[in-house]
Amino acid sequence: MQAYLGIDVGSVSTNFVVIDEDCNILAKLYLRTRGQPIQVVQDGMRQIEEAIKGRNVEICGVGTTGSARTLTGVIVGADTVKNEITAHAVAASQLVPDVQTVLEIGGQDSKIILLRDGIVVDFAMNTVCAAGTGSFLDHQAARLNIPIEEFGSLALQSKNPVRIAGRCSVFAESDMIHKQQMGHTAPDIIAGLCDALVRNYLNNVGKGKEILPPIVFQGGVAANVGIRAAFEKALGVEVIVPEYFDVMGAIGAALLAKSAVKGKNQTDFRGFAISDMHYQASSFECKGCPNLCEIVNISVDGEVLARWGGRCGKWETIRKTG
Amino acid sequence: MKISFPYMGTSHIVISYLLEQLGHEVIYPPVPSKRTLSLGVQYSPEFACLPFKILMGTYLEAVEKGADTILTSGGCGPCRAGFYGELHKRILRDLGYNVDIIILEPPLVSPLDFFRQAHRLIKKRGWINLARVFRIAWRKLEALDALESTLHKIRPLALCKKQVTQVYEDGLELIRQANSVKEVDEAREEALANLRQVPADHDFTPLRVGLIGEIYVVLEPFANHDIEKLLGDMGVYVHRSIFLMGWTQNNVIIHGEEGERDIRSAAIPYLNQLVGGHGQNSVGEVVRYAEKGFDGVIQLAPFTCIPEIVAKSIMPAVSHDKGIPVLTLFLDEQTGQAGIITRLEAFLDLLKQKRMKRQEVS
Repeated sequence: MQAYLGIDVGSVSTNFVVIDEDCNILAKLYLRTRGQPIQVVQDGMRQIEEAIKGRNVEICGVGTTGSARTLTGVIVGADTVKNEITAHAVAASQLVPDVQTVLEIGGQDSKIILLRDGIVVDFAMNTVCAAGTGSFLDHQAARLNIPIEEFGSLALQSKNPVRIAGRCSVFAESDMIHKQQMGHTAPDIIAGLCDALVRNYLNNVGKGKEILPPIVFQGGVAANVGIRAAFEKALGVEVIVPEYFDVMGAIGAALLAKSAVKGKNQTDFRGFAISDMHYQASSFECKGCPNLCEIVNISVDGEVLARWGGRCGKWETIRKTG
Repeated sequence: MKISFPYMGTSHIVISYLLEQLGHEVIYPPVPSKRTLSLGVQYSPEFACLPFKILMGTYLEAVEKGADTILTSGGCGPCRAGFYGELHKRILRDLGYNVDIIILEPPLVSPLDFFRQAHRLIKKRGWINLARVFRIAWRKLEALDALESTLHKIRPLALCKKQVTQVYEDGLELIRQANSVKEVDEAREEALANLRQVPADHDFTPLRVGLIGEIYVVLEPFANHDIEKLLGDMGVYVHRSIFLMGWTQNNVIIHGEEGERDIRSAAIPYLNQLVGGHGQNSVGEVVRYAEKGFDGVIQLAPFTCIPEIVAKSIMPAVSHDKGIPVLTLFLDEQTGQAGIITRLEAFLDLLKQKRMKRQEVS
């Protein structure tokens, strides 16, 4: 069976998906990046190989996305290296064909993508502040000693959500602490936080955008039923959380890989053996000018595969980009 | 007078020429770098915008190199940049540098002050000398603008992007060295011819994107992650809304030159008054780019820039009415390029899809 592998390496999670020609999910994997993108990609490849073993699956194309897409693309030999906005849009319109709005909140990014008749017509992504993204929710759950999986359902128990300042995570945290010290219950505070984050999202990345249904909510934070409910309350319409909401970027990358190999009839995939190779990342500071660029070398068994990080481009002679 | 001035795009070629011809010793500050930024951030008010901080760093580096005078521009209206020269001067004095700042205010707004400040620069060799060198400087300005706009056309088509950068930089050097109107004209022709000879795929139809926003971050590559080059290397034709000459004309010579009036009138249905800086222009430029059939517009703004925030909040209406996508990028201290590249790639995907769809329909 011909299949395509999509890998989304983000700040918090690294996701793998294998799809067949008809976009059925053959295997799916959600791992924590833990600041070690190379290692987690190798780990994931090992687990994916295990998952599809003996099922007569042949990987005919590989796509990468997420903030480590270029690095991952070099390691696995990607046929396409695509930004996560396009990847998320492609996945959403495949799984919910008439989708008009995609709300995506990940570990450190939040984005809104508007589609009309299946094509992206507008998008926005948080720029200077990561308030309200997964990392912040993780941090708050840990502070309140509540497992992140239960965080959202706790919000649904609230009868009187308190008001929390949402435009900055530092403001939000101090507001939460002030209210908690006044005696408000955890569900009321968490529900207030969900409302605040949704308010901030709609007013920041969603500012001035025409948010029309069907609305799809994806990314790791879509697991949080409290945030989903807050979106539905604020927008007044149903918000769809697709079955594979947490790996949509990887699905998009796999779909993009499928169309990329159509044109060239072969794949650059380096094979599952890459999980046993010895990849090394090293860096040095270029002293050619006062910019002191931090140049990164990616090498396998002593041979330099790629190099990037410079402003002027003199080091990046073998860089691969998508 | 050991005089220095801040960088803004290629303007240093003309400014340094003028100052040297007026008989001053020019101290070139280092090209803005991470060090400039760090120095600027350290000694600027936290809430000041990115241009303020880069200039602050530049001035400190210029003083380190021995400058005793700094030349800068003033301004008026609701943008705080008009006060920046004054504030820079006070910060430098507080740090113990005995440095003079000559602030040239727009001559049409405060003619007497402009004359007084300009006279300090000119008196050494007199006003007749100025008339002579000003003609040459003006020709250089025209040549630089012509070279840049040709670069914008050639870069997306060029087969080797590195080569086009090199040929362009050699061209800048030719124009810099020219010392008479005739020499400038010759340098311009040679530079343009060299650029046009760079091997290129002339059958390729690039996406066409307009670049708008606050003047400093639009013109200074260090402030905007070299966005013109990034886009050009991705095969996009970038049309920049602001060129040195247009800006100089509007602010130094005649108020409201024709192009400028036209841009403002295009903005009027959406924004009928000045909001400082280039806010109103940004709105009008989107209208004109849409009418000229551009695929999209990228708005560049320093983080916290009020005029561009006002313009941005009007963009969805303009974008919707005129059917042209607009991407706004707020720029601050971040030197990591990855975030910018992600957004640019996604924006270009959007523009490509839109173009493909339009072609299917027609």
